[in-house]
Amino acid sequence: MKRRNFVQRTLLGTFATALGTELVFGTHMPEGYTPIGLQEPDPFTLFKKDSRMTVLNKKPWNIEAKAHLLDDRVTPNNCMFLRNNGLIPENIDADTWTLTIDGEAAKQQKTYSLSDLKAKFQHYTYQLTLECGGNGRSEFDPPAKGNQWTVGAVSCANWTGVRLRDVLADAGIKDDAVYVGYHATDQHLSRDPEKEPISRGAPMKKALQDETLLAFKMNDAPIPLAHGFPLRLVAGGWPASVSGKWINRISIRNIVHDGPKMTGTAYRVPCEPVAPGTKVKDEDMCIIESMPVKSLITYPQSGATIKEGKKLTIRGHAWAGELAVAKMEYSIDFGATWIRCPVEKPFNRLAWQHFKASVAFPKNGYYEIWARATDSQGTAQPMVLPGWNPKGYLNNACHRIAVKIV
Amino acid sequence: MEHNDQGSFTKHSKTFLFGFLLVGGLFFLVYCFMTQKTDSSESDYVKVPEADPDRIENGIHLRTGLIDAKGLTEVVTNCTSCHSAQLVTQNQMNKEGWIATIRWMQETQNLWDLGANEAIIVNYLVTNYSPEKKGRRQRLKGVEWYVLEE
Repeated sequence: MKRRNFVQRTLLGTFATALGTELVFGTHMPEGYTPIGLQEPDPFTLFKKDSRMTVLNKKPWNIEAKAHLLDDRVTPNNCMFLRNNGLIPENIDADTWTLTIDGEAAKQQKTYSLSDLKAKFQHYTYQLTLECGGNGRSEFDPPAKGNQWTVGAVSCANWTGVRLRDVLADAGIKDDAVYVGYHATDQHLSRDPEKEPISRGAPMKKALQDETLLAFKMNDAPIPLAHGFPLRLVAGGWPASVSGKWINRISIRNIVHDGPKMTGTAYRVPCEPVAPGTKVKDEDMCIIESMPVKSLITYPQSGATIKEGKKLTIRGHAWAGELAVAKMEYSIDFGATWIRCPVEKPFNRLAWQHFKASVAFPKNGYYEIWARATDSQGTAQPMVLPGWNPKGYLNNACHRIAVKIV
Repeated sequence: MEHNDQGSFTKHSKTFLFGFLLVGGLFFLVYCFMTQKTDSSESDYVKVPEADPDRIENGIHLRTGLIDAKGLTEVVTNCTSCHSAQLVTQNQMNKEGWIATIRWMQETQNLWDLGANEAIIVNYLVTNYSPEKKGRRQRLKGVEWYVLEE
């Protein structure tokens, strides 16, 4: 037998073993072709993401944008980061989907269909900034465990839904309510049906805000599956893990919610600042609430070479968790001097704000443009890594791009 | 009764016809397989790119992206059934950190008792994925220079 046949047969045998069935007409398959049943799913096609995004983890799926992919004023799905703690649910039927309100501090347990929610409560649309608590983790030293996000785990999309407050009030909130905790249909990585991958929440004061939504639309279309179809809790300005996806139950708790990823080092930082690498006891860790002030230069892409004498337009977004951004500055001399530039008012509370500047350079050479936002309480972004914490949250060090003038 | 016999006859002949077609079809497939082009030269050899799950290139286990070193098999077997190997390759920890991560997975994520493999796995992780000093702010890395016309 010629070697080609031998190799091809062996290959077909391997494919057949992997597929668990015979490949009929397998010998007609073009060379180098991998049957669809064996191909790794292409996340960019699967989730309709820009192919320039970075896949940090394919199980569970975690994908981040790059700064220059976030140039849109409202983030489209194709450049929105994807963060998963577990496996994305399958076979969702929006027609039979229900949301149950329960918990110690609910006056009654009440279940709503999606159409109930849409028909019974008024709809609202807000642009809401969602940033992963671990955005920027890759810079921590000593390194922090987890997906090594750089700068791209942030988005600001239009979210449409009903106010969580209206739904909670309809079910009835007892006086001892402290927290809401969500439950969802994603699957634990171990596929243990008894385990929830993540079940976080927010204190009542956040749950009852105007902008805290039970959303069914993102950017005027049904929420993409990977972003929480058919129902997502959206709590702008807080770690995006508060904005639970695929929500089917919300518990009004009379204690701080204690679901998975509410305890230990998850989404918590030392209550008091610690030296890098310090071991911190569980009882000395505090839950992250509002995200800190931060900004991103989304144009131009880092690495621009421009001609001498030309001014460079830069633009980007700035956000400040629960607060607004009051001041925006940039530096071309490693933070020695700062130049103020205009920043727009937010479209609504908790939406990111846009800034723009025209930058002049004194002579040819290598420059870094650094961006620094200051929030409405006067707190600015640090130029170096802020307080170390065991899981590498809340890195809001100023964003930098490289530029050459030739 | 007559009707039933008729039915049974039809059923048998269908089975026979089906069997005939099946056998015939198989002969045809074998014939196609044997007579396909046999004049192939070395350059015609089919590459086997995806099929080998153990392939190593430049010291990297291609399927998982893990560094090829002592303990690779134990790590692939025990550490990549729930999550991808990217959760390993992205991270850097010292011995204490990797052991703490294993304990956390055993306590909360259904990781099994690793037995004698634990020492092999921890040794692999510490040898290949231990922390580098980064300082408080690293230089900008991976800048791809391009000409910007405005």
